[in-house]
Amino acid sequence: MEALFAILIGLFFAAAVYLLLSKHTVRMLLGIVLLGNAVNLLLFTTGRLTREVPPIIPTGMDQLPAGTANPLPQALILTAIVISFSFFAFLLVLTYRAYQELGTDNTDEMRLAEPRDEERPPMGY
Amino acid sequence: MATPSTVPVDLSAALVLAPVPLADWLVVLPVASMIAFGALLMMVRKSVRLQGTIAIAGLALLVLLDAGLLWRVMVHGPVTMVMGRWLPPFGIAFTADLFGAVMALVSAVVALAAGIFALTDIDASGRRYGFFPFLMLLMAGVTGAFLTGDIFNLYVWFEVLLIASFGLLILGSEPEQIDGALKYAILNLIGTTLFLIAVGYLYAIFGTLNMADIARKAGTLRETAPLTTLTALFIFAFAMKAAAFPVNFWLPASYHTPRIVVSALFGGLLTKIGIYALIRVTVMLLPVEREELSLMIAVSAALTMLIGALGALAQNDIRKLVGYLVIAGIGNMMAGVAIGTPAAVSGAILYALNSVATMTALYLVAGEAARLAGAWSLSGLGGLYRRAPWFSAASFAFFLAAAGLPPLAGMWPKVVLLKASLDIGAWWLAASILVSAFVITLALGRVFLLAYWRPLSGPAPKMPGEDAPAGDWRIVLPLGALTFLVVLFGLLPEPLLDLTQRAATNLADPAAYILSVFPQSAIERGALP
Repeated sequence: MEALFAILIGLFFAAAVYLLLSKHTVRMLLGIVLLGNAVNLLLFTTGRLTREVPPIIPTGMDQLPAGTANPLPQALILTAIVISFSFFAFLLVLTYRAYQELGTDNTDEMRLAEPRDEERPPMGY
Repeated sequence: MATPSTVPVDLSAALVLAPVPLADWLVVLPVASMIAFGALLMMVRKSVRLQGTIAIAGLALLVLLDAGLLWRVMVHGPVTMVMGRWLPPFGIAFTADLFGAVMALVSAVVALAAGIFALTDIDASGRRYGFFPFLMLLMAGVTGAFLTGDIFNLYVWFEVLLIASFGLLILGSEPEQIDGALKYAILNLIGTTLFLIAVGYLYAIFGTLNMADIARKAGTLRETAPLTTLTALFIFAFAMKAAAFPVNFWLPASYHTPRIVVSALFGGLLTKIGIYALIRVTVMLLPVEREELSLMIAVSAALTMLIGALGALAQNDIRKLVGYLVIAGIGNMMAGVAIGTPAAVSGAILYALNSVATMTALYLVAGEAARLAGAWSLSGLGGLYRRAPWFSAASFAFFLAAAGLPPLAGMWPKVVLLKASLDIGAWWLAASILVSAFVITLALGRVFLLAYWRPLSGPAPKMPGEDAPAGDWRIVLPLGALTFLVVLFGLLPEPLLDLTQRAATNLADPAAYILSVFPQSAIERGALP
């Protein structure tokens, strides 16, 4: 199961990186969503994938039995999902606004902050 | 439902049962007070005047709390407090050691200075859009990152300060800001995601997120676990946050676009958080792996400081110029991490402290220069020395400090780093520190020549924004206080050198840190998984 998930996560990462390398902001946003989900799946897998043994400490023991899925990464994922969701919401608005203000979704043409023909500093008085 | 156990459970193995001593609350109070002030400021969003007063009071309180915390850490050693009474490693621990406490104090001082400057720089609409609440949340994130003792919690504070920084960056919604913010947001989000990946792998390897616990266990896992790969991932993520070459390009794309106070806060604080995390993780938690990767870090450091210095030389806009100076400073700090001896790490910490104050001050100087002379570019600026001699003297002090020339505070960290790199025979690293400082001297010397000494032809054009009379206390006080600090620690570096030396020694041998999180009894009882 873990091996299957490792391949799946690898595919997610590959697709995310491919999309992030695009010049167009919409594809980059999709890449960010995929990247966030790839990380969440990765965290999920680190905690062992099983539902055979419930994560409950039996009477007379002070530790979880061997082979239990670790519940902590699942708590980490919850935090990460909330954060990446709010970031994505912000980025969506920012990208839309950038499209409105700058008139393009091509990052190569977004040169307002760094103009191409920027003046050189003066060489003398 | 399981039937309730008849055996009485020994809660003292897992929970803190005694009430927390009042002085220990100092560890969480800085963060808690900032979040509370942020919430309070959201409530009074509409009253523009009241906001400034409350925010300044809050930042002054933060300075006091951080100073108290630093004093306590200096006297008693690292202090730990756990959340929800759960004993570490189960509960999230806040652990303040010398390194974290001194960084938190300097950040608070700089934020107070910038907050006072903001009273003139941020107009009524900027305040209604929430400048001061965002500033408080930014400081909550910054202070939390410096004081937390849990690596996932560090990630959460990174995100808190990142979200606050987005809000500050787009304040004003001008097209340039949207352009800069888009690049900043996407690249920083990828950076923190990489950090999260590294944290996931770290948990898979160590089974714990508590930094003291990781430092204890690293020795036993070194033979079997892929710790070098893990360290490389962390270094990449933090280098991206710190804007080290070759992942530095988001900084010059965005840092010159927001209001100048926001640039000052970002340039002073945000990149240093990356350096802080880099030092914390590589020097304290995974020192052997850092040693293995030290050549990579050193090459990146040398290139970062050279690219920063050369970039500064090529800029016409003084805000962009200062942005490249921030990058050059990051290179110097990374050199300290690459060398890794306690002396070098103390140099890096000293450099970070100095850089927090100097870079913030330089951005504020750029803002004031533009307000006086009506331009951001070197070709437009001029006549500042005649118009404002005292301001020029203060600027000159910061220029010397940024270039690392005596007798200002910027010289000492460079001296420490140079000596450390020559001690291990890394002559090329020492050479790049010197060349970078030389080129920065040229770049800043030219700024002084053109913007301050060159007579201005014609009357200065007006900059938009609230008009402040000459000698306004809201400008004189922050710049004067920062000048005082830079001069003071340039002339009397001994206490600060001692402090950073102790901080670096405690990082190299984190026994005191571990003992503060796991008091001896807990180790003996074996109450750990």
